Order: sequence, then C-alpha cells, then structure tokens
Amino acid sequence: MKKTLGYLKPYGGTVALGLVLKFAGAVAELFLPLLLEYIIDDVAQNNALDYDKKINMVVILGCAMLGCAIVALAGNIIANRLTVKSSGNMTHDLRYDLFARTSYLNSRQVDEFGVPSLISRLTSDSYYVNQMVARTLRLGVRAPILILGGIVLAFSRDAVLACVLLGCVPLVGLIIFIITKRSVPLYFGVQKKQDEMVRRTQENVTGVRVIRALSKSAYECEKFDGTVKDLAAQEFRANKLMSLSNPLATLVLNLGLVVLIAVGAVRGNSPGIVLAFLQYFVIILNAMIALSKIFVVISRGSASSSRIESVLAADVSEHTGEYPADDSGCKLRFKGVNFSYNGVENNVRDFDFGIRPGQTLGIIGATGSGKSTLVNLLMRFYDVNSGQVFIDGKDVREYPLEELRKKFGAAFQNDFLMAASVRENVDYGRGLDDEAIIRALEDAQASEFVNGLEGGISFNLAQKAANLSGGQKQRLLIARALAGKPEIIVLDDSSSALDYATDAKLRKALAEGYPDSTKVIIAQRISSIKSADLIIVLDDGEIIGAGTHEELKETCGEYALIYATQMGGE
Amino acid sequence: MPERRINIHDTRNLGKKKVDKKYVFRNLFRYLKPFLPLLALAFAANVAGTLLNLVGPKVCGMAIDEIKPAGGTDFGKIGFYAAILAGVYGASALFEYLSAVAMNYISRGIVKKMRSDVFARLSVLPVQYFDNRQAGDIISVLSYDIDTVGESLANDVMIVLKSSVLIIGSLALMLTLAPLLVLVFAVTVPLSVVLTRFIVRRVQPLFRKRSAKLGELNGYVEEIITGQKTTRAYNCEKKVIEDFEVKNREAIDAYARAEYLGTISGPCVGLVNNISLALVSVFGAIMYIRGGISPGQISSFVLYSRKFSGPINEIANIMGEFQSAIAAAERVFRVLEEQPEKDDAEGATELKDVEGNVDIEGLDFGYTDKLVVKNFNLHVKKGQVVAIVGHTGAGKTTIINLLMRFYDPTAGVIKIDGRDILSCTRSSVRRAFTMVLQDTWLFAGTVAENIAYGNPDVAREDVERVCKAAKIHSFITKLPQGYDTVLTENAVNVSKGQKQLLTIARAMLLSSPMLILDEATSNVDTRTEQIIQEAMGKLMEGKTCFVIAHRLSTIKHADKILVMKDGNVVEQGTHAELLAAGGHYSELYYSQFESF
Repeated sequence: MKKTLGYLKPYGGTVALGLVLKFAGAVAELFLPLLLEYIIDDVAQNNALDYDKKINMVVILGCAMLGCAIVALAGNIIANRLTVKSSGNMTHDLRYDLFARTSYLNSRQVDEFGVPSLISRLTSDSYYVNQMVARTLRLGVRAPILILGGIVLAFSRDAVLACVLLGCVPLVGLIIFIITKRSVPLYFGVQKKQDEMVRRTQENVTGVRVIRALSKSAYECEKFDGTVKDLAAQEFRANKLMSLSNPLATLVLNLGLVVLIAVGAVRGNSPGIVLAFLQYFVIILNAMIALSKIFVVISRGSASSSRIESVLAADVSEHTGEYPADDSGCKLRFKGVNFSYNGVENNVRDFDFGIRPGQTLGIIGATGSGKSTLVNLLMRFYDVNSGQVFIDGKDVREYPLEELRKKFGAAFQNDFLMAASVRENVDYGRGLDDEAIIRALEDAQASEFVNGLEGGISFNLAQKAANLSGGQKQRLLIARALAGKPEIIVLDDSSSALDYATDAKLRKALAEGYPDSTKVIIAQRISSIKSADLIIVLDDGEIIGAGTHEELKETCGEYALIYATQMGGE
Repeated sequence: MPERRINIHDTRNLGKKKVDKKYVFRNLFRYLKPFLPLLALAFAANVAGTLLNLVGPKVCGMAIDEIKPAGGTDFGKIGFYAAILAGVYGASALFEYLSAVAMNYISRGIVKKMRSDVFARLSVLPVQYFDNRQAGDIISVLSYDIDTVGESLANDVMIVLKSSVLIIGSLALMLTLAPLLVLVFAVTVPLSVVLTRFIVRRVQPLFRKRSAKLGELNGYVEEIITGQKTTRAYNCEKKVIEDFEVKNREAIDAYARAEYLGTISGPCVGLVNNISLALVSVFGAIMYIRGGISPGQISSFVLYSRKFSGPINEIANIMGEFQSAIAAAERVFRVLEEQPEKDDAEGATELKDVEGNVDIEGLDFGYTDKLVVKNFNLHVKKGQVVAIVGHTGAGKTTIINLLMRFYDPTAGVIKIDGRDILSCTRSSVRRAFTMVLQDTWLFAGTVAENIAYGNPDVAREDVERVCKAAKIHSFITKLPQGYDTVLTENAVNVSKGQKQLLTIARAMLLSSPMLILDEATSNVDTRTEQIIQEAMGKLMEGKTCFVIAHRLSTIKHADKILVMKDGNVVEQGTHAELLAAGGHYSELYYSQFESF
C-alpha cells in the first residue's frame, strides 16, 4: 500500500489543494442548517427587532445561505476535478511502471506469478487501486468531515441533544457493518453459481454437435434449470439480507428523531434547535452510507495494491558474467547441460551436442520430453543448473540479452499473434522493410493467402487472430521467424497444422533461401525433420538418439517406431 | 464449418437503432403475469410505506409546535405524538422491507424463467446459429442482459414508484402547509431537472468512450502479456511499452474527461437543493414574521422539501438505466424468437435397425447462397471405411454436417439403408451415428459422468470396460478419486491425448452402426498417438466409418477416399485409383516423401 500511495507524491500539491477545497465545501454545507436555525429562532422570533429590520436580516441571511451553497458547489466541483486529475495521473504512472516491469520479467518470474494473474494485476487490480484513490479522495474526506462537523456543531448548539445524535451514529454504523459483513459470503455463493451457469452455457455452445448427436438437449435443459434455480434462490437470500439495511438504518435515525423531540420537549429547547438537529441527522446519515461504500472500495483496493507491489518489487536486472569459452567451432553447442524448472527433478539431463553454422538441428520426442526446454535454454529464457550453452563459442550468459536475442528468429509452440496488421505481426517491432516481410511471407508459404486478404499485408488480424485458420496462423508465425534472415531460426512445433504438401514447400524454401542461417526445428512429424544434419531424439529429458535420419532408423528403436507409425509402413 | 462469424456485438452496441418498446413491454408482461397478485401486494406495501414516511414530518411538526421553551409544554401530547411517530416510522420501515423482499422474489422468479426459456430455445436452435456466433455473445445475453432486466425490475421500478408517491405526496402536504412556499419549487425543480438531464446527456457518451478505451487497454495488456516471451525473444519490450503508453494515456484522458463532467452532477444537485433550502428559509421566515405560518410548519415544510427534490433527480437518473434494461430485454426476446430447427417432416418415422448403407445422390449444398458442394454422389456399403482428406479448411466437416443433419442439403438426397433421411426423425438419424471429433468435448463433471454422458443407467462395470478397451483405465485409476474425479478446466492435469481417449471411450459405450471420426491428433506425442490409433481401430470394427483422415495407413486401407478442395469434393476413389489418376491426391501423397 505504501509504495502504491507513493505514486500520489508527485501530485501532492494538487491533492492537498483538493482536500482543502473539499473541506471548505463541506464546512459551507454545514453552515446551512446553522443559518436556517438562526433565521427562524433568533431573527423571526426575536420580538426585540422591528418588522423591517427582521425582513432585512432574513434577506441578508438568506443571501448568506445562497453564498454557502455556491461555495459548497464551487469547492466540490473544483476539488473533484483536482481529485480526478491526481488519481488519473497516479493510475497512469502506476500502470506504466507495472507494465514496463512485467515486460521485463524473466520467464521464471512469469511462471511464478502466472500469466493470467499478471494480466489481472494490470487490468482489474490497477482499476481497483484507481477506484480506491479516486473515491477516497472524493468522498472519504467529505464524509468524515460532514460527520465530525455535524457532531461538533451539534455539541456547540446543545450537548444533550447532541448525545442523542451521537448515540444513533454508531448504531447505524453497526447495522450497516453487520449486514454488509454477513452478506459477503452470500454474494460469494451467488458468484459461484453464476460462474457455474456461464460454464454450462459455454459447454453447451461448444459441445452443441455432441449434444445434438446424442439427443441430450432435454437432459442439458434439466441440468441448466437446476443451476438457474439454485442461482435464483441464492440471490434471493443475499438480496433479502441486503434489503434490510436501508429500512433499518432509516428507522434508527427516525427513532432517534423521536427521542430528540421528546428530549427537546423535556428540556424546553427551542423549535429552531430541534429543526437544525433534524438537518444534522440527514447529513450524517448520508455521510455514513457513503462511508460504508468507501470501506468496501478500500479493502478491495489495498488487496489489489499489494498484488501490484509484489510485481513492482521483482528484480529484473540482467545477470551476465564470464564463463569458459568453447573452441569446437560450433554455432550452437550444449555441453553437459542439466536443468530443472522446479529445482526438484531435472527436466533436462546431460544434453551434449553441437551443430555448425548453416546446419539444421531436428528435435523429436514425446510431449514433456524436453524439446521446448532446449529452446528456452538456448535463448536464455532460463539459466542452466550445470553445464554450458554456447553460441559462437561464447556462453549465452556472457551476452547482453538484447544482443543474444537479436541473433534469433523464433516461432514458439502456441505462439501469439497481435490484433494488428500482418505487417506488424511479421515485423514485430524490428523495423524491417516491406520487401523483407513479403519475402518471409513467401518463404513461409503464406503469401498466397495473405494476398487474398483485403489489404494484403495491411490486413488487420482480429484478437487472437480469430479471423485466420490454424494453418494460416502458423504460417504467419513462421514468417515472423524467417523475416530479416536471422542467424538462428527456431521453429518449435510450428508446422503441425500444415498439410504435407505445404510443409514440404516450406522445408524447400528454408533450405534454399536460408543457407547461412542455423536452423533448429522441433516437430512431431518425421517428415518435417528428416533432412536435418543432426536429429536428436528426446525421451523424458534425455537424449536417446542422435544422428541423421538414415542412422537413426538403424540405431534408435524409438525413432524407427515413430517412423513406422507415421509413414504407414506395412 | 463456415469460417465467417457475425459479431453481434457490433449491432448491439450501436444503440442508435430504435428499440421497439411496445414489443418489449408486451413480452415483459407475459413474464410478469404469474406474479401479478404478488406484484400488487408489493406495490401496495411500497405505497403504504412511502405514505407513512410522509406522515412522519407532519407529526414531527405538530410535536415541535407543542414545544414551548418558555414553559407550559404539554408532555402528554408530546408523548402521544412521539408514540405515533415511532409507530409510523416502524410501520414504514416494515412495509419498505416487505415490498423490497417481494420485488426481489418476483424479479428472481422472472430471471429464472427467462434463463430457462432462453436456454430451452437455444437447445432447439439449428447448429448454424452457434456456428455464426461467439460463445461470449450468447453467454452475455443469458447472464448479463437478463441480470440487467432483473435488477431494473427489482430496484428501478420500485424507486420510480416510491419517488412518484413521494413527489405527489410531499407536494400535496406542502400545499396544505404553505401553498405560497411551494412556489419556490417552481423555480428550483425545473432547474435541477434541466441540469441533470443536460449533464447526463453530455456525460453518457463520455462514459461509453471511457469504457471503450479501458477495454482497449485491457485487451492490449491481455494480448501482449500472453505473448511476453515472444516480446522478449524479439527484443521488442521498448516498442510494446511505447504502444502501451499511448493506450494508457488515452484511457486516462477518457477517464478524466468522463469523470470531470460526471462528478459535477452531484454538487449541482446539491446546489439546487441548498438553494431551495435557502429560499424556503427566507420566505418561510418572512411568512412567519407576517404571521402566516408556525415554526413547526416551517420545519415540516423543510423536511418535505428534502423528500421532494431528491426523488425528482433520482427519476431523472434512473431513466438512463431503464433505457439499457429495455435494450437488454429486447436482446433476450430476440433470442426467444429465433427460428428453431425445422420440425421433422410430416409423417417422419424413426430410422430403425440401421445396417449402415449410405447413398448420396445429386447433392448440392452451401452455407450461404454460394454452393460449396455441387452434384455430389457417393455410395457406401455397410462396414466400409470412407476417408475424407484435404487441406485444413477444405470443408471436410461439411460432409459430416450433412450426414448428421446439422444442416440440410439444398438439393439431392442422402439415404441410409435406402431411406431418405429427410423423411426420418432428426434424432433417430443422429442416433445412427457415433461421433468422435477433434475438439474433445468434456464437461465439468466426474470422469464416469463424462463417459456415460447423460445416461445414469450405465453400470460402472461398463464404463470401466470401455475405458480398458480405450487404454485409459490405468490413467483414470491413478487420478485422485479415480472414476469419480471431477474434471474441471484447471484442477486435474488431463492431456489432449488423454481427453481424446476419454471421448473414444464415450463413443464405445454407444452401439450406433455408423461412425464419424476425426483422426487429427496434433500436439499429441507418438506413443499416445499409437494408443489412440489402436483404440480407434477397435471402435471402427464392423461399422460404416466416415473418417477425416490424417494417417496414411487409414487412407491407404480405406474403401473410398474423398478428396476435398475449397469446400468441394474434387476426387473420389481408392488409394490405387487416385494415385493412378495423378490428380490432387497424388500431389498430396507424394509431397510428404520429398526430402527437403
């Protein structure tokens, strides 16, 4: 919370001015009932004054009331404006820092936070912090001032009557507090049922073919009706509790009023004072309701701010150091590499291989066998636990990250496309010219369909590229990896949705158009890596076979088995 | 499946389209009808509570007038008034509570009925309806729109009712107290109505823009953070931060613009109320001085004036919410009006004792006016295997859509065992097939429920038998609760391949004579793929099979291969025939042996 609030500091002047104006506005509002009382008690009923004098004073005091009203208006409007300005700017700064920090997190940190959680910290958490700051500045100051001021004024008028007032305030507070607190678990239950309803709908929309095929619509309707019924019952219960709070709070205050009149009568107070107290009652009730809403906002906002702060506290500095060099002349080299994601069991054991510049490395193996981990280590998304990874004979941990990654063009498994033009998606911030982009699209076998799109490379993709098919998406990702002819091209399972013919054309284009680039290709299909200079077969984090296609067919049982299954050997 | 999607968000958010209010109210009334007696009670309680609330200040004023500071106060009278006041306020609170609970009950009942109705309608709509829409749009009608209608019924209606009673009642009472003082409101009421309306009208588009900009920002964040690794791989951090900054700035500016104006309305309403108070004080005092009114009457008047001006603004504010509730209700009713799947043809009968001979003759079909299948003929005998091959998006699912009657042909006939399927009931045609699709559909429920889907009579032994046959039994027994483990999206780690095996097991429980199978198993490792292949082989035994084929062995051994291109069947024949023909198929086939 402290660090988050620190973001208000640059706007401290604005905030302070806003608060002062808020204060002035609130005080002006409190003066209104005071003046009202004075008019009725001390002027109108003052028999010492003559008629004209009375009228004059009433008009003057009326003008004073108008003046107070205008001060309250101006104070509130200007203060609100200042508040919006400072809370808006503060949110902007906080979000900026959070986004920048998130962009520079390393993969291990991203794993720890989790992508959905990082997203919600940037979206909903930053929103809640904004709400907290804006509401607190706008109402959180006004409400206590009104309550306090109301009580102080009341005491200054008549201590005994003020005690009646003071007795009601905590009671109303308690009622609101208890009801709100008890309703929270009820609304939690409502939310859960609501989620269930959404999930059922989702299931039914995506599974419509299966449900229709099995004629289970009636069954699904019945299940859905059950959920909806539960949801309605839960909501009824929660709302029933909540609808107690308003009548109860009003009742307490009204009963307080009755007591006030009775006490006033017993003590012989003037009608004007009783009247003024009625006004204080209304002011305080409204302020208390506002305050109860702010508490909800603050408790949510402070939880959000601590989630944001934990990201901001993450260390994103690069750790480079000096390591022994490799003189094997390999472009890429793994030397005795061991690695574990969770620090318990090794995900990669004793990786040892290398390939020369311009060669192709093919990697095949079951899910979870360590294929993508290999790329993660190569591009230094993670650091090895032991052993070394070299590029051009230099340990990857010696390169500044930017320099290291400039060498690569990579298409990852389930990689993502932005809701932006084809050009921007292929370029991906590298500032390539159109010629390079078109060339890459051609080699990735994407130009045919891209040319068919409205606007060609200027065609805008929808969110998650929903307006492209799976195969089209993969080809754009491949084009991104090829664009600019990087030193090293990494394709991680990126041709699985392509048919054999397109896949073959892609391989041809890679071999002919990118002789200087070193290629790392991860695939499920043997046909995709058959012609690689070195194929390594992975199983459960270990290399169980390495060599060319022809060699592996003889020496690696697993490889031969995969080959037999896929090529339909009889 | 057709690729095109209609984003109904586009039309729904335009908002310019005139909402047919009559239509909405007529339909809404149908839902209200069963609750009319209760609704009348709720209204009565609300009116009673509000009226009692109005009587309060009057009695207050009377009590205050009895206070004689100089002495001689009649405490008996004061006590009497106090007792009445306590009773009045107590009863008023009780009535208010009762009416809120009744409205809550009614609105929940209506919401429940609407949801059931919408869902029931969805369950009879043609599959096309779902192909053309995003799941999110359908969900937002079922959850968000119906909620909006319910909230509006429960709260807004009551507030309007209460406000109207308050306005009329307090106006009447103020007139009885001091008709001249009421003239003050002839100035302030129009002022506040004009002011709020002016602000609301100006501020609404600003708030819409604010949400749109925030949505844009959040969309960008979701997108970029999901691809954070790619961003780092391409050293693109500075660029995305710059892009973010632009959107961040825009969102904050839109926020500030909306809030600047939005936060004016509160103080403005406050100002008008304060002006009323000042005017009432001045004129009230003058009237008192001239001897036309008592201090108690002034105090009552002041209390009524508060009750009077508040509701007017509240009604003005609520009108906006009514608009959105009516628009939401219209979207709900439009779904209820969607045309369901056509009824079965007159005299349609059950398709029974199916052997599995399929004949397709002269078939034309298109998702739109454009035909994608033209004059297609196919004859399949019982137990044969038909392999459907072609690029992604070549329209392989079209054939399945037609066989299962998810869509009906434009021209031509499909016969099963010589019977035109259009003359059979839809459900019996669908029952003749078992389907295993690529998108493995599992729902939140236990493993056993998922396999026995919708059939509570299936014995556990049968479930286990098919799971053993599908080679998924040992995996299931290793789950925390075995067959009773609940499958949720994130709780249990079930891989894609295992999901596929589960759906195969589900299919094995069904004894349909024909099978539709999608072989695609991308992102599944080789060993699992082998198991799946074996399981599918078992499933296919003795059945007429339509296979969207990805494996060469399936294709080679198929009795018939359909080669699809751009939605149409371009070639058909056996492996040997098609290779000899040297067409599209042979090109597809040889490409995988090229050694690049």
